[in-house]
Amino acid sequence: MKLNKLDKNLLNTISDIDHIPAGAINIRKDGKPVLRQSSPNILITTGETGGLIVEIKPGTKNETVHVPVIITKTGLNDVVYNQFIVGENADVTIVAGCGIHNDSHGKSRHEGLHEIIVKEGAHLRYVEKHYGEGSGTGQKVLYPTTKIIVEKNAYAEIESVQIKGVDDTVRITEAYIHEKAILKVIERLLTHGNQYAESDIKIFIEGKGGSGQILSRSVAKGNSSQIFRAALVGQNECLGHVECDSIIMDKATIKAVPELIAEDSEAVLTHEAAIGKIAGEQLIKLMSLGLTEDEAVDTILESFLK
Amino acid sequence: MLHLENLSFSVQNNGQSKQILKNINLQIERGKLYGVTGPNGSGKTTLAKVIMGILPHTEGHIYLDGEEISGKNITQRANLGIAYAFQQPPRFKGLTVQDLVKIAQPKLKNLSIRKKMRDVGLCPEDYMDRDMGSGLSGGEMKRIEIMQVLARSAKLAIFDEPEAGVDLWTIQRLVDIIVGIYKNNPEAAALIITHNRNILPICDELIVFEEGKIRLQGSQAEIWPLIRDDIVCQVQDTCRGEEII
Repeated sequence: MKLNKLDKNLLNTISDIDHIPAGAINIRKDGKPVLRQSSPNILITTGETGGLIVEIKPGTKNETVHVPVIITKTGLNDVVYNQFIVGENADVTIVAGCGIHNDSHGKSRHEGLHEIIVKEGAHLRYVEKHYGEGSGTGQKVLYPTTKIIVEKNAYAEIESVQIKGVDDTVRITEAYIHEKAILKVIERLLTHGNQYAESDIKIFIEGKGGSGQILSRSVAKGNSSQIFRAALVGQNECLGHVECDSIIMDKATIKAVPELIAEDSEAVLTHEAAIGKIAGEQLIKLMSLGLTEDEAVDTILESFLK
Repeated sequence: MLHLENLSFSVQNNGQSKQILKNINLQIERGKLYGVTGPNGSGKTTLAKVIMGILPHTEGHIYLDGEEISGKNITQRANLGIAYAFQQPPRFKGLTVQDLVKIAQPKLKNLSIRKKMRDVGLCPEDYMDRDMGSGLSGGEMKRIEIMQVLARSAKLAIFDEPEAGVDLWTIQRLVDIIVGIYKNNPEAAALIITHNRNILPICDELIVFEEGKIRLQGSQAEIWPLIRDDIVCQVQDTCRGEEII
């Protein structure tokens, strides 16, 4: 396996790893797996479509599996279909994510379809970071789709982060929550320049006592534009909440569309949506503590997206 | 230390100019605690904001240690040693109490932050990592605000109604801390904007505002007897005659 400095930087940015960790890992570079290791409890194999099948044994506790994707070749359109099965009563973290380095003028694109099944009583934290870099004008495009089923009494948290460098992204998340299961979807997004980002989340709360929550924080700078759609469908006695909060700057545009659909009279669904610029009082406060205006803006944005 | 000379501040409203501060002359000396009082809308907070550089004065001069600072912005004035505790501090999503205190005073170590929190009546275990967003009450926000200004070790600290929203026990303790730091301090001075009849008598100097002007100014011994009845009356009006501090 060959990983150069650039690969390592990308990996570090998207998965916080600066060396190959012990435990289960699969690194995909430019459309091909370059490193794969399973652990006694987490088995990584290749599925029929060429993507990954990650099987986490029931009862596995406190393990992390890393499945980062890096793209350094221009003109590549990498499509991958991965499956994750988190066994009954396991408690694990999956760190996915995609980093693109593109120095040229051609487009680099990654389309990842992830299907996750969180079995009864299991606990999953799924983290996906997206990042793009490179000096050329070549577009860095990411189209991730995540489909997740959270079975009875299970808990899942999906955290997706896109802070820098991705020119065009459409993120689709579809979730099904069973009886007394909980799903929390957390999104943090920053767009700048002429970037476009769209997120489309739909959560079906099917089981009695199920709970779904969507929390989105985003910042749009420059001429960038964002569309955020979040739909909660309550099909039983359940709780659901959508919260989208955005800071808008410069000439950016943001469209936020929270949608609540109740198909049962016992469903309790709520939403809050707010878009606004940085409050002048916040800037003044931080400047009165000695920060310059630019430092104050950076502090407010960084903490907002933390 | 701070010298305000013929200072005025006006705003334009429908083409009409309205003076909010009128020809203010004031000399603030180190080692003294100044109480600023007067009716609502008399210009007290505007004065604080003009000193901090938040509002630009329209006439006159501001000198800090002999240097004209009229052209300096908020950040520059903060770095020259002026600090201002807001009457209504803003909230910050994602910033913790600890983060904000570290911005106020980057040199502070965790142990000192914890001590400063206890000083203003906040238990460090409960508050260090609390988000400065919507979860804190007005009184908690106010105490955190005062703590930041105390942490800055400013040359001139301005407290804008520090008692508002803070419980009796804590306000007494806050007053003790402010007095402890600023009274007879050869390096610093504090200006407290307040209506509180327990705070005003412990100040060294009192300044009474009315309609944008300084109506009375002098030592506590001279001024307090003249305004005591007004202050008590005003407080009793707002609390329907019940005894509060």
